[in-house]
Amino acid sequence: MSGVAVPVAVPHPRPAALRWLRRYGLAALGGAIILAWVLAAALAPWILSYGPNTVDVANRLKPPSAMHWLGTDALGRDVLARVVYGARISLAVGMAVVLVGGLFGTLLGAVAAYARGWAEEALMRVTDLVFCFPPIILAMAIAAALGIGTVNTVIAMLVVWWPKFARLARSLVLTQRSLEYVEAAQSVGFGPAHILVRQIIPNAVGPLIVLVTLDLGQAILVFAGLSFLGLGVVPPTAEWGAMVAEGRELVQQWWVATFPGLAILSVVMGFNFVGDGIRDWLDPHARTR
Amino acid sequence: MIRYVISRLATAVVMVLLATLVIFLIANTVPGDPAMAALGDMQASDPVQVREFRARWGLDLPLWEQYWLFLKRLAQGDLGISISSRRPVLADIIDYAPATLELATIAFLLSLAVGLPLGVVAAVKRDSWVDHLARFVALIGVSAPTFWLAFIMLAIFYGQLDWAPGPGRLDPIAFPPDRITGLLLIDTALAGDWETFRDAAAHLVLPSIVLAASTLGLITRTTRAAMLEALNQDYVRVARAKGLLARVVVTGHAVPNAMLPVVTLGGLAYANLLTGAVMTETVFGWPGLGRYTFRSAVTVDFPAIMAITAIVAAIFVLVNLLVDLSYALLDPRVARA
Repeated sequence: MSGVAVPVAVPHPRPAALRWLRRYGLAALGGAIILAWVLAAALAPWILSYGPNTVDVANRLKPPSAMHWLGTDALGRDVLARVVYGARISLAVGMAVVLVGGLFGTLLGAVAAYARGWAEEALMRVTDLVFCFPPIILAMAIAAALGIGTVNTVIAMLVVWWPKFARLARSLVLTQRSLEYVEAAQSVGFGPAHILVRQIIPNAVGPLIVLVTLDLGQAILVFAGLSFLGLGVVPPTAEWGAMVAEGRELVQQWWVATFPGLAILSVVMGFNFVGDGIRDWLDPHARTR
Repeated sequence: MIRYVISRLATAVVMVLLATLVIFLIANTVPGDPAMAALGDMQASDPVQVREFRARWGLDLPLWEQYWLFLKRLAQGDLGISISSRRPVLADIIDYAPATLELATIAFLLSLAVGLPLGVVAAVKRDSWVDHLARFVALIGVSAPTFWLAFIMLAIFYGQLDWAPGPGRLDPIAFPPDRITGLLLIDTALAGDWETFRDAAAHLVLPSIVLAASTLGLITRTTRAAMLEALNQDYVRVARAKGLLARVVVTGHAVPNAMLPVVTLGGLAYANLLTGAVMTETVFGWPGLGRYTFRSAVTVDFPAIMAITAIVAAIFVLVNLLVDLSYALLDPRVARA
């Protein structure tokens, strides 16, 4: 970090609104995308004219039209309906993996950093070990062994998901615990559990929130990938990765695979925008990243 | 330095063994049963056949004995026999690895060749169109699902425009070269068969772009961030104040200092490309390790899964070691510490 601010040519003063838009415009856009998906997923039965599994073989593989805005797939199912219903699974899985994995990893990392000694050593070696595996291969092995199904895939993802949170939480707590307010809390007579949960974690939570937001997108991406490989949902469940897999041979009927893929892209981008925005907001210096 | 390398290597061996132990335990505690997966429905319902199958593959031994057997064979360079292909796992891997190696290496070089300059220029000319382009590329690279990108590329450049060849490593009618390295570009060049060389190269274009996308995004993003940080340092200000050419300041002062995080990321990214090509290989019908791993996982092929885990863990540990060693080269302070 550079020490002193050196006066550079002062940039043109901009109107406040424009400045805000420049800084948080993308974050707001990301938030809007996520909100739109959440609303669409929640209201799916009321805003759609077709169900996700309404088969209509007479109208199979029809291109986008006024009847079917995004066309129909090989069984004549409405692609739009399947994409919107797919959001339910993707969002739920993303939340489940990141929240459960994040909470578990954070607690473990925080406790390790606070306890020090052999407990910390053992814990960090275990996280190293999990880091040795590329997540997708380990998840693949577990998902294949447990059997195919959404819950099993989530379990498989959880196994590989928590270590990065453990590492981050540990380094955050290590930085925090050397600060004076911890000493102050100790001298007032608070116990270690209280200090960790009520004092250190709230102070260190910023970077964790950023990681959670960015990770929601990553979890959705990985789950869609496993589904694409046939390890996620059981057919005929409407899920984005599985839909791309169903449409991947249909190069001429491009709409079958293109739209679910765009759905994934938009959600992941949305979470990226929001995550970057939160990081800027928490730490203006990090804007360079 | 030498002592450092030796101790790191020793740790690496332990890590690899632990990794195999973990996967062994996972594979054995979960409900999947290789006997049921490998035998057909008819045979699986016959207890005698199931018992024979288990005895033949050593599946009836106690767990610790199975693991001990695995270790003993591993020490002799024997990775066991794949349950599904009934061939030595090592032979399988030697068959499949070159396709992945060729694809991953080209994808890696591509993402370096584009990502490094793009990241540097984006940082130097901040907020210019190059910067916006770099950020857009990085965003798409990290947000787009690989399997979908693969489909889109095939649909556009093969399906619609017919500029690129379809899936596979070679045209179905092309004669593959005699196998020397298994890397088609090298084998065809050695044979002087330029026709097939061109065909192999054309088949590599789309998959390597797709596989490179996410790595390219990460490298661009990291390079840009590291360069912005470096350009903000006092030594750059001094260099500028001395009146050095802007080009010299950037390439001579800022870039070398910005390379540490990029090297870390690059090393990990290459290891990921080697092991994580499953999606790209699936869509492009690429007969590589990713497909092999996937098939082994789905058929609960214990020996193959164990061997792949050992190899993958070894790749990751080695790459990490190389990254740490290159730190010492890039930053003399690390070597002294």
